[in-house]
Amino acid sequence: MMAPLAGQVVNLFAAVLLLIAFAMLSQRRIVALINLFALQGAALVGSTATVAFATGQKHLYYSAAITLVLKVLILPWLLHRLIRRLNVKWDIETLINIPTMMLVGILLVIFAFNLALPISEFSQSIARGTLGIALACVLLSFLMMITRSKAVPQVIGFLSMENGLFFAATSATYGMPMVVELGIALDVLVGMVILGVFLFQIREQFDSLDIHHLEKLRED
Amino acid sequence: MTLEGILAQLAAMIVALVVAPLLMGWVNAWRAILQNRRPPSLLLPFHMLRKLFIKESVVAHDATALFRIAPYIVFGCMLLAAMIIPTLSTNLPMAPAADAIALVGLFALARLFISLAAMDIGTSFGTLGARREMLFGFLAEPAFLMVLFTVSLIASSTSLATIVSSLAHRELAILPSLAFAGVAFTMVSLAENARVPVDNPATHLELTMIHEALILEYSGRHLALMEWAAALKLFAYSCAGLAIFFPWGVAQANDHVALLWALPVLLVKLAVGGFLLAVIETILAKMRIFRVPEFLATAFMLGVLALLVHLLLGA
Repeated sequence: MMAPLAGQVVNLFAAVLLLIAFAMLSQRRIVALINLFALQGAALVGSTATVAFATGQKHLYYSAAITLVLKVLILPWLLHRLIRRLNVKWDIETLINIPTMMLVGILLVIFAFNLALPISEFSQSIARGTLGIALACVLLSFLMMITRSKAVPQVIGFLSMENGLFFAATSATYGMPMVVELGIALDVLVGMVILGVFLFQIREQFDSLDIHHLEKLRED
Repeated sequence: MTLEGILAQLAAMIVALVVAPLLMGWVNAWRAILQNRRPPSLLLPFHMLRKLFIKESVVAHDATALFRIAPYIVFGCMLLAAMIIPTLSTNLPMAPAADAIALVGLFALARLFISLAAMDIGTSFGTLGARREMLFGFLAEPAFLMVLFTVSLIASSTSLATIVSSLAHRELAILPSLAFAGVAFTMVSLAENARVPVDNPATHLELTMIHEALILEYSGRHLALMEWAAALKLFAYSCAGLAIFFPWGVAQANDHVALLWALPVLLVKLAVGGFLLAVIETILAKMRIFRVPEFLATAFMLGVLALLVHLLLGA
């Protein structure tokens, strides 16, 4: 009785994750983007805790707690502070052609679902169907990083890609070993700090956070 | 086809004809209350229809026969749509006549005629409205179809009556695909019924209007039929949404007690739905016309996601 309901709840969280990935793809405001990222982390915490509860895997509780602290509280707080300091809080990015981007996103989702279908058949987990969704989230984050020209949304895309990977790990194999998870969590945190410093450097050099400035070679 | 079925069908038709203007009045009254105005009478749409039916119908010199017959065709389409959607009971003799996909076709037929009639006169307002209506229709239709495909897959039938009865009898499960489809359906209904984020139903002379621009040249009984058809369309969409996503209380075949209960349950559901519609219309601002394709693309995306999530997760 317990397993089907837990499976349904995990499916629900997976659907929410996918929805948030699409919302991030089409969101113009940076502040809203950070809030969506925090929300994605919260959905991740919910699904991890559900899997932990349904299967009795103790270490998944720990990883849910790490996710909660890191991705719902610390990283959004860091990002909020970053955009306040960079003075880009109310920036609106001009995204061209959102409908086309949505269609490309849908194609990516179909591709990911097809790709994941044979893999998930090997898995014994209660939430193996969600592997496709996790892969789709990763690909959508890629798409977001490709289509954005400002630096902060790209960083958020990178972080949300990690969310997708983490979800794939919990849904397909009940999570990675604790050491690996701690390592990744620390990596993301440190990466975020370094990227924050990097953003300040970019702005100092070019007076803008537009990535296109980095494509030209300069000899000085 | 039994006598009982015919009676249920007749009852559904009369309920549709009476409740549709009432629903309009209800939504308008709540809009007024939420905007701190004194609400008009709930019966105002009836008085307006009576007044318009009494008045003389003036037709432009250049109008062809198409302009005159369009209101009857539009009204007929909307009435038929309201009749094949299981509002009170799933035992409808008309139901085999048209399934969920034909329902979209009926709406498309009405849209085609209302746009042709608007272009028939040759005023710039009519042409402008017709072009916008066709553009939004062409974007809204795929989204609506995706929603219907999703529920058809869940119920493994495209017949509306079968969909509703199988959804009502399913054991309770969390279905993310239905939630996505529900949001997509709400967005499509807002666009199709010319409600606020897309069009403002209260406006009568603005460059941004769509629905009102189409029927600007109509008067008298023609206008009455058009207004009634618009009310029926809102009623049909609301009932379709309620029947698919909140199917409890719709009477099943040969269930007499449930049939008696079905009307009060439907009225309560419509009252809540109408109130929510008024809230949506009050808190949202009308969006720029070039943002509407984005809005409808989002609805389409949600519909496709619902379909994919259902196929992949079986939920």
